[in-house]
This record gives sequence, C-alpha cells and structure tokens, in this order.
Amino acid sequence: MTTVATGTAAPTSAVGTAHTRVEGRDKVTGAARYAGEIPFENLAHGWLALSTVARGRIRALETDTVLGMPGVLAVLDHRNAPRVTTDYTGLLGTPPDPTCAVFQHDRVPHLGWPVALVVAETSEQAREAAEALVVHYDQEPHDVGFKGDHPDAYPLDSHGPAVTGKGDLDAELAASAHVVDREFTTPEEHHSMMEPHAATARWEDGRLEVIDSNQGATWVVGELANLFSLDPASVRVRSEHVGGGFGSKGVRAHQVAAVMAATTLQRPVRVVLTRRQMFSLAGYRSPTTQRVRLGADADGRLRALEHRSLSMTSTVHEFIESSAGVARVMYDADAHHTANRVVRLDVPTPTWMRAPGEAPGSFALEAALDELAEECGIDPVELRLRNEPAKGPVSGLPFAGRNLPACLREGARRFGWADRDPRPGVRRDGRWLLGTGMAAASFGAGAAPSTATATAHPDGTFTVRIAAADIGTGARTALTLVAADALGVRPERVQVRIGDSDFGPAMIAGGSMGTRSWSWAITAAAGELRERLALGSDIPPEGITVRSDTTAAIGALAPAERHSYGAQFAEVAVDVTTGEVRVRRMLGIFAAGRIVNPLTARGQFLGGMIWGISMALHEEAVRDRATGGHVGADLAGYHVATHADVPHIEADWIDDTDPGDPVGIKGIGEIGIVGAAAAVANAVWHATGVRHRDLPIRPDRVLAASQDATSSGGAADA
Amino acid sequence: MREFGYQRASDVAGAVALLGADPDTRFLGGGTNLVDLMKTGVERPARLVDIRELPLGEIESTADGGLRIGATVTNGDLAAHPEVRRRYPALAQAVLAGASGQLRNMATVGGNLLQRTRCGYFTDVTKPCNKRLPGSGCPAVTGDHHNHAILGASENCVAVHPSDMAVALTAFDAVVHYETADGPGESPLGEFYLPVGDTPHRETALPPGALITGVTLPPAPVAAHSRYRKVRERASYAFAIGSVAAALDVRDGVVHDVRLALGAVASRPWRAGAAERVLAGAPATTDSWTAAADAELAAARPLPHNGYKVTLMRNLMVAELTRLAEEAAR
Repeated sequence: MTTVATGTAAPTSAVGTAHTRVEGRDKVTGAARYAGEIPFENLAHGWLALSTVARGRIRALETDTVLGMPGVLAVLDHRNAPRVTTDYTGLLGTPPDPTCAVFQHDRVPHLGWPVALVVAETSEQAREAAEALVVHYDQEPHDVGFKGDHPDAYPLDSHGPAVTGKGDLDAELAASAHVVDREFTTPEEHHSMMEPHAATARWEDGRLEVIDSNQGATWVVGELANLFSLDPASVRVRSEHVGGGFGSKGVRAHQVAAVMAATTLQRPVRVVLTRRQMFSLAGYRSPTTQRVRLGADADGRLRALEHRSLSMTSTVHEFIESSAGVARVMYDADAHHTANRVVRLDVPTPTWMRAPGEAPGSFALEAALDELAEECGIDPVELRLRNEPAKGPVSGLPFAGRNLPACLREGARRFGWADRDPRPGVRRDGRWLLGTGMAAASFGAGAAPSTATATAHPDGTFTVRIAAADIGTGARTALTLVAADALGVRPERVQVRIGDSDFGPAMIAGGSMGTRSWSWAITAAAGELRERLALGSDIPPEGITVRSDTTAAIGALAPAERHSYGAQFAEVAVDVTTGEVRVRRMLGIFAAGRIVNPLTARGQFLGGMIWGISMALHEEAVRDRATGGHVGADLAGYHVATHADVPHIEADWIDDTDPGDPVGIKGIGEIGIVGAAAAVANAVWHATGVRHRDLPIRPDRVLAASQDATSSGGAADA
Repeated sequence: MREFGYQRASDVAGAVALLGADPDTRFLGGGTNLVDLMKTGVERPARLVDIRELPLGEIESTADGGLRIGATVTNGDLAAHPEVRRRYPALAQAVLAGASGQLRNMATVGGNLLQRTRCGYFTDVTKPCNKRLPGSGCPAVTGDHHNHAILGASENCVAVHPSDMAVALTAFDAVVHYETADGPGESPLGEFYLPVGDTPHRETALPPGALITGVTLPPAPVAAHSRYRKVRERASYAFAIGSVAAALDVRDGVVHDVRLALGAVASRPWRAGAAERVLAGAPATTDSWTAAADAELAAARPLPHNGYKVTLMRNLMVAELTRLAEEAAR
C-alpha cells in the first residue's frame, strides 16, 4: 500500500490513555546508552581540576609534573586554552553564565571553579593526574554568608519585573482585622539528578558533534556556536537519553572543556562530572529569606499582601530566584506588593531548579496563608476560596481558565478534610502527634516557538522529528501519543525521534513548556501532512515530509494569565521527643490541561510531590563559611527522600479543558512540587502547635522548638 | 584514583602474610566504605588483599552459650541469623537499621567495625582534618557539626563513629579477635576503639598488619530482652543522629540487669556505664530511667549546634528503658 489513509479509519484517542514508555524496554535492559557510555574510537578522557579556594587568582599551575604522568595527553588551563566569547544572548534571552566559559583568565570567583582540564587516555589516568595537579593561588578574603539583611542586596528583574506594587500597604495593614508578618527561610538545594552531566565532543567532516546529556539540543548548539564563534549549522548536538535534568542541564563547563580539548587534540574527548563536582558546577537553587505580610478583614478577605524575597548569586553572573512572584498569580489584595532581590557572593551561580521561584515562594506564601487562617479562625481551604482573584492581580489580564477552586474542593473531599479538627497538637498515635495541612499551587503554562517535521512512509508508518528532550519525563512517549492522534493512526505506526539539533530549532525541556511547545509543533506538522496525504498522491520511497514552525501561532496568542493549578494535602506524624517527622499520606489534585499519558503524568506529579517532602524535611546543602565550599557534597551528606519517607501518596487531576486553547496541553513537570513543602509544614504545625518557618524541618529544629514550647507552656506537649 | 594492585587470599595466614608490614596495603572486605574512600582520595592504597573468600563466614554457638561471628559474615546474614535474632535482638535490629539491603549483602562484620567516620571534612581531601591529615586542624569544631560528638571528643576531633552494629555489640561486651604474623590476639570492644585525645588518626587498638577474624558475644540472658532504636534525618538509608542499644531484665520491680550503649554521640560506640551503674538494683520507674540518662549525659560537652543531641539521647534512653520495662511487665 502506498497511499496512507489517515483519520478515515476508526478514530484513535491515544492521548489520555495510559501507555508505557516506548523506550522502556531499552532502559530497563541497559540497551539505552547515555552520553557518558557511548563508545567512540580513539576516545580521550578529560577531567576537570577545580579550585580549592573561594576567591583569588591562580598564581601558578605545576602542569609539568602532571604531563609526565601515565597516559596524560594535555593540560588545558587559562594560559593555553582556546578563547571563547561570552558577548551574546542565548536562546532563553539571557547572556551566558561565564562559569561555562572555562580557562579564560586567572581569576577564581568561587570554590570549585574549573582551573584546568587534564586529558588522558583513560578516565582513571585523567582523574589521578587532575587530582595530583598542584595549583598555587593568591587567595583573597571571601564572603559566602547569605543572610536576610545583607547590605549589598539589590532588586533584579528576571522574566518578570523585580518589584511590583499597588495600593497603600501600611494603610491597609492598619485597617486589617488580622495581620500576619513572618519571615521564612529555605536552604541551598541541588538538582542531584540521577545521571551526572557528561559530554563527548569530536570534529567529524568539518562539523563539531557533541554527544551530551541536556535539556535542549537547540539550546546547547546555540550556546556552543556562540561561545566558539561557529556557524550553528556546523554544530550538532545529540542527546538521545537523559537521566534527569530539573533545570541543571544546559551548557556547563564540561561541554565547553570537551570541545576545547577535542579541538586542541583533534580526537574525541569525553568529560564527565562527578557527583561532588556537580555541587559547584551544575547550578543549584539559591537559599532564600522571605518576608510575607498579610492583612485581612474579619472574614478573611485580603486587604494587604506583601511578599519580599532575597536570594544569592555569584559575582560573575546574575541569576535570581524569583520567589516573590507567586502572589502575582495566586492572590489579590487592595495593597499588593512583591519584590525579588539578590545579593552577590563568592559562590557558584545558581540556576533554574524545578519550579524556580514557585517552589520556595509557595512555601512562604502558603505557610503564611495557613497562619492567617489560624488568626482568622477560618478553614485554610475556605480562606483560599474566599481569595480567588477575578483577574491577574498584577497583570490585570483575564485568566485563561482558573480551576484552582475545583482542585481545592476535590482535594478536600478526597482527603477527608471536612472532618478535620482545626486545633493543633491534640491528635496522638502512640509516640506520634498527628496533623494535616494543605496548600494551593500554580505554575505558568507557557509555550515557545518550535519546529517539527512529520514524514509519511510508503509502508504506512510515520516518523516525527523534533529536537525535544526526554529527561526522564516520558516526553518521547507523550509526543508519540500526540502525533498518533494528530495523524489519526495508532501509536505503533508512529516513530518519534528526538534529541538531535539537526531536527531543527525547538523549545527545551524546561519551564513546564516542553510538551506543550513540542505538541503544538507536531500537531501542526501532522495536520499539514494529513492535508497533503488527503490529496491522494502516491508516497515516494523517501516519503513525504512536511515541516512546521509555531513561531507565528504562538505570537498570535491573545494575552492572558495561563497557568496550571493544584491543591496539596498532607498528613504527618511528629515525635517531638526525637524530632522525627514522617509524612503519612499525601494527596495532590491538579488542573493541568489535557493529560496526555496518565501513566507518566502521574509519575511527574508524584515526583514533584515527593520532592516537596524532601524540600520540607531533608534537602539542604551545607556551606562551610571558612572555606566557602560545601560540607558533605554527595548523596550521603545531601539527603533526599527515600522510599521509606514516601508514604501513601496519590496524585490525580480534574478536567481542565480549554476549548479556546490551540493545544489544550499544559506542562506538568513543575506544578507537583509547588505548595508541597508548605502542606507538609502546615501539617507539622497542626500536629505539634509549633510553626516551622525554616526549611528543612530537621529533627534538631523540632526538638529545639518543642523544648521552647514546653518551657513556655506551649501546646507542643499536648 | 591511584592505580592499585589486587590479590585474593584463601586462608587467614596467607592474608596476613600478603599484607605483611606494608602500610600501603588494605584488606578488602565488602568494600562498601573503602572503595568509596578510594574514589574520593581519602584512602590511596597501593595494594588490596581481598579477604572475602576466607573461611570466616560462619556464625556458631560457643561452648559457654555465646556466639562467635566470623569476620566475613555479611551484615545481611548476621541480621537474619535465628540465634542472633533470638538471643541478641538488638544486634539484628541495629544491623537492619543501617545502610540498604544491597549494602548489607556486601558489607562484612569486620569491615563494619573498621568503617570510617562520615564527617564531611574527613571525606573531603580539600579540607583540613586531623583524622585524615594529623596536625591539619579540625574545621568541624567551628564549622558544620550538627551531627558531631557530644561525648568523649577533644578539640582535635569531634567526629562520630558511624556504625549501628558496633553499638549493639558494645552493649553486649563483644570481643574482637584478630590474627597477626605473631599469632592471634583479642580486644574487648569496649577497649578496641581508642580515645580521641590528640591522636584522632589512631582509631583502634588493632596491631599493625592485623586481620580481624571474628567477634565473640559472651552469653548474656539480658540480651534476649533488648532493643535498638535509631533516629535519623530521614526514614531510611541515613546514618544515625542518635541511637540506643538497650537491654533490660526487671525482677520484682527492680532492675536485675541492664545494658546500654549509645551511637552517633562519640568517636566510638559509647557504653553508657554511668547510666548502668545508676540502674543497678534501682526500682524500674521513670525516675530511675531519667536519673540514669542524666548521669550518663552529665559528661556531655555539646558544641554550639549539636546541643539537641543531649535532649535526644536523654529522651531515647528513657523511652527505650520504659518500653523494655513495659514489655517485661506483660
């Protein structure tokens, strides 16, 4: 058969039906190869040597000794490395973090800064030589002390303005029946995805090829082309399988160093980061200090809302954790003020990490709302329902569907919230005090221009190509289902190929925008292909291919507040005699557009919620003030939730269709973590009667708080 | 990492001979700690002598009613052994409270006793550490020490011993047996770990070149009524921030026999001798438990950020003694 019928057979509805991962078998059998394990002939291995001081200059590198070590081929440092340029604006609208422009000068702006790349025949030889490399520094005093009242803090615009404001805050607070004024802190947190960063660079027929683990081939090609002043068409980046990204896998030191070494040595060079190196080279979430002031009428309606957040960045690049942005979507008030500020310290540059801004911001805001509910004597769910805004509190734009109330009501119903006794510290199960808490959530549902091709083959199958990235989310499978529906065929007849910059420009897997953006491009290409095929012409051996580009369609979208929403509920048990906090059950109800693949979507939501448990109770990178580096920078020292920490946990979603939306699909990668930590923290208060405003809620903090409460006659020992 | 030689020993004498007097050689058991330390450069042996195949993998009853546990018995097999579970339940519980199933299937009893502290300064070769590099200083005293020692530490080192198993063994008066080129030797576990003082790099009384061959547990009827309780910062797969191995025999409302050892409070498993002395012959009441805990913790010298451990350990000791007394009363 050479003429393919699309859509005339029984209509398919792959989208919305559970589908195991199309590459699942390859992954569980080890057939799927990741960037650090794909073999190459004549491969050399580079190992990064990192600074051991937090600030200063490199005075000397004893490279001669290292060059004489077994297998060592070269040492690249600021004296001999190829030059790169950082004077450009990348795909995401920002200049590059100079941290990735390695070996360009002798300055050291933070501990763990790359000072050299040692290249050797084997990875072990390179590591041994890199660790033997003696570097002399002119050390300078450093400042890594992040604190809320740092005098050098300043407001910084990000994708939104640093500061927004309307109304007279002092007047509204003064006129409020109930006021909450609290400070919250969140610690430095790290992505710590399962697969460490890895890249292999080689020159092949005049083109630079990089086999990489990243969140967007288009993104990385653009950065490398700019850095090395190459024509983007002469750079190819492939990233077939990616073991997690969470915002950390863009361009980093290892890819740039690998390209430099491959160029210098004219042979393939691989650079892999260790877990410990990732703590200083892969970005992280800045700690935050946040102040929230809320003022409400007797009936709980907000009159005043102020959210101020401080985060830190490096001395070489501006990145801000925009935690105060949450209230710009969630709640309105007569006086509504938000401000994001940053302070530059001698630390690595932080970056996007799952729900940047929203994750720490929702902790502070939703915990403060819980305190306001207590103040007002209003149920926390009801308080949120009473403060549903009619339009964007700051933008004034209409909401393109705002199904938060439905999430709250469905979550409350399924969690059994109506039976909740609001009094704290009165439920006990043996040594455990029990409590429940909730929080609301939102995350932006944006889209960015992407291109895709769809090809009809003579045998009745189809190939869709798009430079998407499946960073473990199940994107490849989701896109297969989207493509199948758009082509009107069963998913088995569609092969979706991703992770190759040669497929044309596409959005990254980030900002919860990947699946929405890619689906848009695939649907457009498939639609056009169906029109072509409907003309009934024969399909030539090379197939019929059409290409889509969503730039114009996205530009034509009417301005609106577009978001996904969620309601998080948690039950915790606290032993105040040991400080142990255990989550017993958790429920998240989400409104996140049309759910493409219920199986992997559930994994996305649960993964976010579990990360929220981690954020509430475990995660914290400890920075040593004396050296300026981390203590315990590995997964033994940096705790994330284990299976035993994850209890009965459920995620589900409500109908969230928007007929006016051209895709109907929203991203689901980030909404799951938003509000999760606040729900846990609010439950800890309900269990013990003690508010924990500093994350993580560690045993020592619970013990100290319960002692304070006991000695002052508080409710902690109820 | 440094390239290293690898040899496999098939009998104890051969293993001891292979190691010889070479300070650059290490015995390799399960490798669950040593290999990690080699990757990070904390340990840089030139040679490893693999002792996994030595005939030291048995758990046997001794003539006097105790147990002899071979050095290469895995943690998993130790915890699963019926006689361990029946006679020394706290030991099985302690082992199961540590690591993960996979690690317990690799880790050996001998290796567990010799595992190194997880202090974040010790495990990072770019930082000073008196234990790793004598004389370089102890940054934990003024830096991050929220999980460091409150008992028996010195200004030279405030690291804690990470083992759960060794805490239970200490409570039950275990004896470590070893072999040297000059013949066998033994050391009660209570004396096996050396005081910190100004030599934190000297951790055990094991003679140079010695190979641990096993551990004996003397008979202890009280141990049949024992518990191990571990508190950590997550529900599993984390080192203790405080733990207690407790055994209690109450007769006619009076403490007839008691064993108490504490974990994650000192450079070694901490036998709570002061508490045991208070409890000897004391009435089985909450007041006794509290008095005993206070007596033990009177020597505590917490640092600025680990004072919570004093509260934690007091609460843990009282809770576990209370629980054991309740079980005895049933």
